[in-house]
Amino acid sequence: MTERHKINVSKLNLFYGDNHALHDIEMTIESNTIAALIGPSGCGKSTFLRTLNRMNDLIDGVRITGSVAVDGQNVYGPETDIVSLRKRVGMVFQRPNPFPMSIYDNIAYGPRIHGTKKKAVLDEIVERSLRQAALWDEVKDRLNKSALGLSGGQQQRLCIARLLAVEPDVLLMDEPTSALDPISTLKVEELTQTLKERYTIIIVTHNMQQAARISDVTSFFLNGYLVETDKTDKIFTNPNDQRTEDYITGRFG
Amino acid sequence: MTSKQIDRIATAVLWLAGILIIALLGWFLIRILGDGLPQLSWKFITSKPQEISAGGGVGPQLFNSFYILFLSLLLSLPIGMGAGIYLAVYAKKNGFTDLIRISVEALSSVPSIVFGLFGYLLFANLFGWKFSILGGACTLALLNLPVLVRVTEEGIRAVPASYWEASLALGSTKWQAIRKVLVPAALPTIITGITLTSGRALGESAILIYTAGLSVSRMFPDFNPMKIGETLSVHLWYVQSEALVPDAKQIAQGSAALLLIVVLVFNLLIGIPSRILQKRLTGGK
Ligand SMILES: Nc1ncnc2c1ncn2[C@@H]1O[C@H](COP(=O)(O)OP(=O)(O)OP(=O)(O)O)[C@@H](O)[C@H]1O
Ligand SMILES: [Mg+2]
Repeated sequence: MTERHKINVSKLNLFYGDNHALHDIEMTIESNTIAALIGPSGCGKSTFLRTLNRMNDLIDGVRITGSVAVDGQNVYGPETDIVSLRKRVGMVFQRPNPFPMSIYDNIAYGPRIHGTKKKAVLDEIVERSLRQAALWDEVKDRLNKSALGLSGGQQQRLCIARLLAVEPDVLLMDEPTSALDPISTLKVEELTQTLKERYTIIIVTHNMQQAARISDVTSFFLNGYLVETDKTDKIFTNPNDQRTEDYITGRFG
Repeated sequence: MTSKQIDRIATAVLWLAGILIIALLGWFLIRILGDGLPQLSWKFITSKPQEISAGGGVGPQLFNSFYILFLSLLLSLPIGMGAGIYLAVYAKKNGFTDLIRISVEALSSVPSIVFGLFGYLLFANLFGWKFSILGGACTLALLNLPVLVRVTEEGIRAVPASYWEASLALGSTKWQAIRKVLVPAALPTIITGITLTSGRALGESAILIYTAGLSVSRMFPDFNPMKIGETLSVHLWYVQSEALVPDAKQIAQGSAALLLIVVLVFNLLIGIPSRILQKRLTGGK
């Protein structure tokens, strides 16, 4: 391996007990790109995404072989510190999941658990993160109100801001807009475009237009196999594999 | 009979059952409070009991009730919540977890009089504490442990898994997620559980007769946990059945009313912070 990729996955296999959910996945992702993962339901997109920050470790009976490297460092190596890995590789979930706390405390949660105590520093982080997530103007007068009082779209941007507050460099997004209305979806999509300048983003989506609109590269998964990865333009106009073509033209899945 | 008729009869029966419960409660309250309230006075609540002459109070008993409750919570809360958290978060399905669960089940089905006997043998005899406030508190803690384990476990299980994932995905340790997200979110449930066990503890008599004893220290208030410490509910039983004082009946009536009021007020008071907390957590709307 001569060139250095942001993320390098090789020979990755994952088993839920006897269920072989990922087969020999090979993938590289560069810095400051948006990679979209598409494929029919149950093909292993979420499973793959969760191998990147080891969220699958939480599930009983999961077995993983092969390697995942972030910045050249093996995520599954014995010396890997999961806490610092998850700090670097953050995750936004399908359903907005703000904590039942104030907006301020939600954003400050990450920095606080990582040791930032000073009020002035936290204030600054909260404002910066909310601005980055394009939420500041909507919530700046109600920072001490509960985050559960926000709309679904605002909650999802809050979750993104909460993640940005710990300054990760990879953002994993698992269908972040599937629970949102079209306007909120648009806001999150716009957000990904500005975030791309500083972060590497991997996003799972069922929405072909969304993948086409926002991503640089797209990977198509089917039944636990990675069928192909290519430039998004190429995948949506002239894919190499017949199965990819069938999927994006709606012939199955 | 048509289904409509059956429906009408069923409605009437359910309605009657409801009325019956309200009537029973009303009658009960009127009897207890009606007889007891006239006996209550500041002097009755604060002064020491008499052995032979009339006019004794229940000050030390009232104090002991709360002191024993406090000490028992001090012991049972950390253990009960700890085990509950363990079962809810860490416990995988294995022999050890099953053993904890079975133990909790078994403990919660033990009659309290048996706990009393056990406490007597262990604390009063084996440890040589005699009748003591501490012995009573320890036994009470054992009695309440299963309930606390269960409400903690249930409270934490009821917290959406998404909070747990969100916290870990931000790079928190499990312990940070438990302390800062799971437990606060489960707190209203846990507090309700504590209220219930506390109410039960304030009213408990069987186990305390054996462990905390039937009389009180000569000093009042006496914070020494090794002293004998009869509580209000035990005193109620004692004056009704064994006491020599001529005004035993009045004292019993007064104690019953006082006990009822104390438990009600205690439940209401502890319910308030829990409700405020709940509001703060969920958006204060
Ligand atoms: N916790 C789990 N335990 C066991 N099997 C699981 C678990 N999670 C997922 N699977 C299985 O792994 C396979 C891939 O699931 P995964 O959730 O990754 O699919 P997905 O592509 O994200 O689907 P969707 O688009 O519906 O979200 C499925 O067969 C699923 O049943
Ligand atoms: Mg999924």
